[in-house]
Amino acid sequence: MPNMDPQKHAMPTQDAEQRIHNFDEVAQGYTLEIAREEAARCLNCKTKPCVSGCPVQVHIPDFIRLITLGDLEGAYQEIAKTNALPAVCGRVCPQENQCEKHCVRGIKAEPVGIGRLERFVADTHNAQGDAAPAAPEKNGHKVAVVGSGPSGLACAGDLARLGYEVTVFEALHRAGGVLVYGIPEFRLPKAIVQREIDTLQALGVKVETNVVIGRTLTVDELMGEYGFEAVFIGSGAGLPKFMNIPGETLKGVYSANEFLTRVNLMRAAQPGSDTPIQHGRNVAVVGGGNVAMDAARCARRLGAEVTVVYRRTREELPARAEEVEHAMEEGIVFNFLTNPTEILGDDQGWVRAIRCLSMELGEPDASGRRRPVEIPGSEHDLPMDAVIMALGTSPNPLIRDTTDGLETQRWGGIIAEDGTGKTSREGVYAGGDAVTGAATVILAMGAGKQAAAAIHRYIQDKAHA
Amino acid sequence: MNKILEKTPLNPTVTRMVVDAPLVARKAEPGQFIILRVGEDGERIPLTVADYDREKGTVTIIFQIVGGTTEKLNHLNAGDFIHDFVGPLGRPTETEGLKKVAVVGGGVGCAIAYPVAKKLHELGCEVHSVVGFRSKELVILEEEFAAVSDKFCRMSDDGSFGEKGLVTDALRRLLEAGEQYDEVITIGPLIMMKFVCKLTKEFGVRTIASMNPIMIDGTGMCGCCRLTVGGKVRFACVDGPDFDGHQIDFDEAMARSSSYKEFELKAREDACNLFREVR
Repeated sequence: MPNMDPQKHAMPTQDAEQRIHNFDEVAQGYTLEIAREEAARCLNCKTKPCVSGCPVQVHIPDFIRLITLGDLEGAYQEIAKTNALPAVCGRVCPQENQCEKHCVRGIKAEPVGIGRLERFVADTHNAQGDAAPAAPEKNGHKVAVVGSGPSGLACAGDLARLGYEVTVFEALHRAGGVLVYGIPEFRLPKAIVQREIDTLQALGVKVETNVVIGRTLTVDELMGEYGFEAVFIGSGAGLPKFMNIPGETLKGVYSANEFLTRVNLMRAAQPGSDTPIQHGRNVAVVGGGNVAMDAARCARRLGAEVTVVYRRTREELPARAEEVEHAMEEGIVFNFLTNPTEILGDDQGWVRAIRCLSMELGEPDASGRRRPVEIPGSEHDLPMDAVIMALGTSPNPLIRDTTDGLETQRWGGIIAEDGTGKTSREGVYAGGDAVTGAATVILAMGAGKQAAAAIHRYIQDKAHA
Repeated sequence: MNKILEKTPLNPTVTRMVVDAPLVARKAEPGQFIILRVGEDGERIPLTVADYDREKGTVTIIFQIVGGTTEKLNHLNAGDFIHDFVGPLGRPTETEGLKKVAVVGGGVGCAIAYPVAKKLHELGCEVHSVVGFRSKELVILEEEFAAVSDKFCRMSDDGSFGEKGLVTDALRRLLEAGEQYDEVITIGPLIMMKFVCKLTKEFGVRTIASMNPIMIDGTGMCGCCRLTVGGKVRFACVDGPDFDGHQIDFDEAMARSSSYKEFELKAREDACNLFREVR
């Protein structure tokens, strides 16, 4: 008999009062007991609507049923059939818009905690510290992967398991892409990312850090003198967007990318790090996505009073629901229906305030969301000493500018075929944010996996032609 | 990890290092830079490519000791390794089609100005170099400049090297004497570049300034190096570091470059103390 409790089992979390003073993980994970009870809430529907909501079609009811049977390793293997990074996805996927959105239990009450169960299974597997996987026999074909974020790691992993000699090129000094420079430790511990990278290396994947494709080497060189038969471009999102309002180059104005890179990748807040960071007392974060939440919560942990400034309402916030809840618990203030028009500086060129207009929701726009409209005469100044702009990114130009014949969208994203990642250049595939613009870890990972399958077909067809 | 092959102090605060970096050496062009980290928890700092040898696979960097990282870097010696060394980054200085150019360098900026002057000279361009230093002790690359310049003006603040005065004094004289340059290329302190650009605007001579803002990743991700050029946000790491000097908002760039001044001074002091303790 399924457990008919209408509520999802709560995630044990670090107390908000305590966690704003550290960068340790907020969500502590289910215990075995909670996991089995939560798993028993799954009705094991024949139609599996949850699976259709998952970008990589994790066999959700199957792995959950294995949890109820106590076969946690079996559950892990079931997830791993389609998901390259379960411990990561269980933490950062927007489940409420994916699998859990379609859960039958969610119609009348709360859906099954699929993400929390995925995380539990992956963490249990990882805690066993199993022997590193044996490197499969090499098939003699070489593939290059550009970027070591979620799409690159997923693509490299699948190809390595098929026997390809895979080299991942990473521009930064550390592998992991947005999983290490962007997502903070308290949401995704770096040890989990490192474990995924260690696993790839055990599979024989070579990771070359400090190589910028488009500068140090070009795609043409990889496919020419370096002898790679195919290249996957997973170079990620690029340059931060700004609002183009006065004052954005004042001291104390950061892009979220800069702020998060200083805190996460460069560990600026930790003793021993050489990278400085300004500790603002009053920090405004402009934007409402996951990146905005990450930046706001990092600033909070550095001791600031933080205000998120967002021009629509709570309903339209693109961030994961859990991140918004956690941010609110941590004392972060949300100024909804508020839009900055100018950042004001002092006579030394430092931020002193952010000037905003109040908004109200008007008619729906092209995105279907009600368009925020300015309320005349509502101008007001919020005193701040730092402003973090979390407004998304535009694609990095380095690869498109140095790769002839690689077609891109007008806005700069690489054009890649749906389902395969095939680009306009033979043997060149692409996926993740470099193609879609800023999206999610799981979509990038899914694109990496699809490209790996397409690259496999491409190389095998060529070899047998 | 990249091995330091040679280390030469050029003056009390400026050091030259030749680093084994074959991939960077193969591609490097004048005007480009590298990013390095000295150690495991080190910060990423951009430094100019001062020279390169494609055959030997080496890259030369010249740096001034200003903060903690350059202090630590200066404590490494030939045979030691630099933890991370990535490049070449930024767009090379455009030299194609130039027939006559004035290269104006100030202080340690001459480390970037020199490879540009050298390349122009090799391309058969007439090169007039104007270099300025605070005083004689701080002069770098004098012979190198002399070897690639058709005219060479030496300036110093105190008159101990060449002529007493600013680089703009010498440049003004050249322009007033009727020298017709296709372009002026200027590299040095922001305040110097600002006034060089002001002067050349007066004479209507196209001017390129090489910017060196604070950077973190240097590959087009963090946006820390943004500048306002012609009223638009531009990123020095991927759009530059060279920009049309008449369009750059130098006052803003100067304000932004001072963001971490206090950290920088303290970091250098801490690094110095650290080495004192070790000794």
